[in-house]
Amino acid sequence: MKQDAAIRIRGLEKSFGELHVLRGVDLDVDRGAILALLGSNGAGKTTMVRIIATLLRADRGEATVNGFDVRADAPQVRESLSMTGQFAAVDEILTGRENLVLMARLRHVADGRRIADDLLARFDLTEAGSRRAGTYSGGMRRRLDIAMSLIGDPAVIVLDEPTTGLDPQARLEVWRTVKDLASAGTTVLLTTQMLDEAEHLADRIAILHEGRIIVNGTLPELTRLLPPAEIEYVEKQPTLEEIFLAVVAAKN
Amino acid sequence: MDKHFVGDTTALLGRSLRHIGRSPDTIITTALMPIAFLLMFVYVFGGAIRTGSDRYVNYLLPGILVMTIASGISYTAYRLFLDRQSGIFERFRSMPIARSSLLWAHVLTSLVANLISLAVVVLVALLMGFRSAAGIGAWLAVLGILVLFTLALTWLAVIPGLLAKTVDGASAFAYPLIFLPFVSSAFVPTDGMPGPVRAFAENQPVTSIVDTIRHLFADQPVGGGVWVALAWCGGLLVVACLAATRVYRRTS
Repeated sequence: MKQDAAIRIRGLEKSFGELHVLRGVDLDVDRGAILALLGSNGAGKTTMVRIIATLLRADRGEATVNGFDVRADAPQVRESLSMTGQFAAVDEILTGRENLVLMARLRHVADGRRIADDLLARFDLTEAGSRRAGTYSGGMRRRLDIAMSLIGDPAVIVLDEPTTGLDPQARLEVWRTVKDLASAGTTVLLTTQMLDEAEHLADRIAILHEGRIIVNGTLPELTRLLPPAEIEYVEKQPTLEEIFLAVVAAKN
Repeated sequence: MDKHFVGDTTALLGRSLRHIGRSPDTIITTALMPIAFLLMFVYVFGGAIRTGSDRYVNYLLPGILVMTIASGISYTAYRLFLDRQSGIFERFRSMPIARSSLLWAHVLTSLVANLISLAVVVLVALLMGFRSAAGIGAWLAVLGILVLFTLALTWLAVIPGLLAKTVDGASAFAYPLIFLPFVSSAFVPTDGMPGPVRAFAENQPVTSIVDTIRHLFADQPVGGGVWVALAWCGGLLVVACLAATRVYRRTS
């Protein structure tokens, strides 16, 4: 099963000068799964994402995406993976439709106009499609961003903090989109600082702390990491936030 | 070369040209300062400058064209910087596109924008009484030199575009280039300049380029100066293109 993992990372290390951001990361993401990568600011989530998106070279270790090595087979990795950035990298001067058509041309898929129209409809952007992306609300822009990354049907989608800066309504829209993606068979790697986001969306949750994955499991598995209280006056499941803080503290 | 190079460059060129089409102010600003200098020198200082030619505007235009290019290419650094800052640059780089097409699209955009600005400046000069005895061949030769000079300076502008940390840093490098024509034969003949200044003026690229264009406009033989001009442009083009490509590879 591990052979078939959509993303496979072994012993990944990366330093910037004296700063050791990644100190030996091991991680597998199964095909069609949603994995949430949790970590505090500066834990190295974005560094890890940039390495598997071929934007940054690791100092040591290896990573494969869809069976392709990020260093040796970078072009195939770029075919297999789509990344959406933290800051919603859409072209603000182009319209929503033009953004999608451009992506289709750059991914070398035929019939970009039809694909663009289909995606606009699927993401409730048909009416906004002929407006400049710069006029979109945060939620619309993020939907366009995700729609752009679906062109060419990449096997893996990396969402780097997809709901940062969004209002609750827009967050729910993005969450729905991500769930739809995974149910259609796309593998999703999601980085987030918002623990309820991981709780709602992810099949598995991995916690990146001080350059290593210190916990990796399903939510019930993570919940069991906390000892159950013996006397409870109020019945209450520990939230992922409590688990996160507890496992991080235990490591220190 | 990547088999997608032409297609990817065309797609990205189309994107940048749309940007220019939607905010043509960059072309207007590019042409504005050279036109102001043209007006000031022809109608204010021109009467006091002895150049040996019958109309000062005929003498002045080649230098003003060089100045137009020098101010126009700073927008390449600016546009590249904005693409990097917005995150769209990262998005393109994580996609399966020909690596160099991103830079070539910006360079060709600069060429188109500068040719439009140059046409505007020539038009204003014609209204001010500029007349040329040049035939179609000489006009094409002028065009060729201006294209070569634009490409050379644009590749130079790519470097700050890739490295700059602020918008100001991205465009500040162009200021010395804009003022280089002042210490050349562009505004006044070099004969009247004191020794060291004259030595600099006569051996910097602007003088040979300006003199060559001036001879072509006047339908006179260009002499050996044309080879000096071509060597400057060609040499700068090769060096700047290699350096920019190297910086681009290193930042990826």
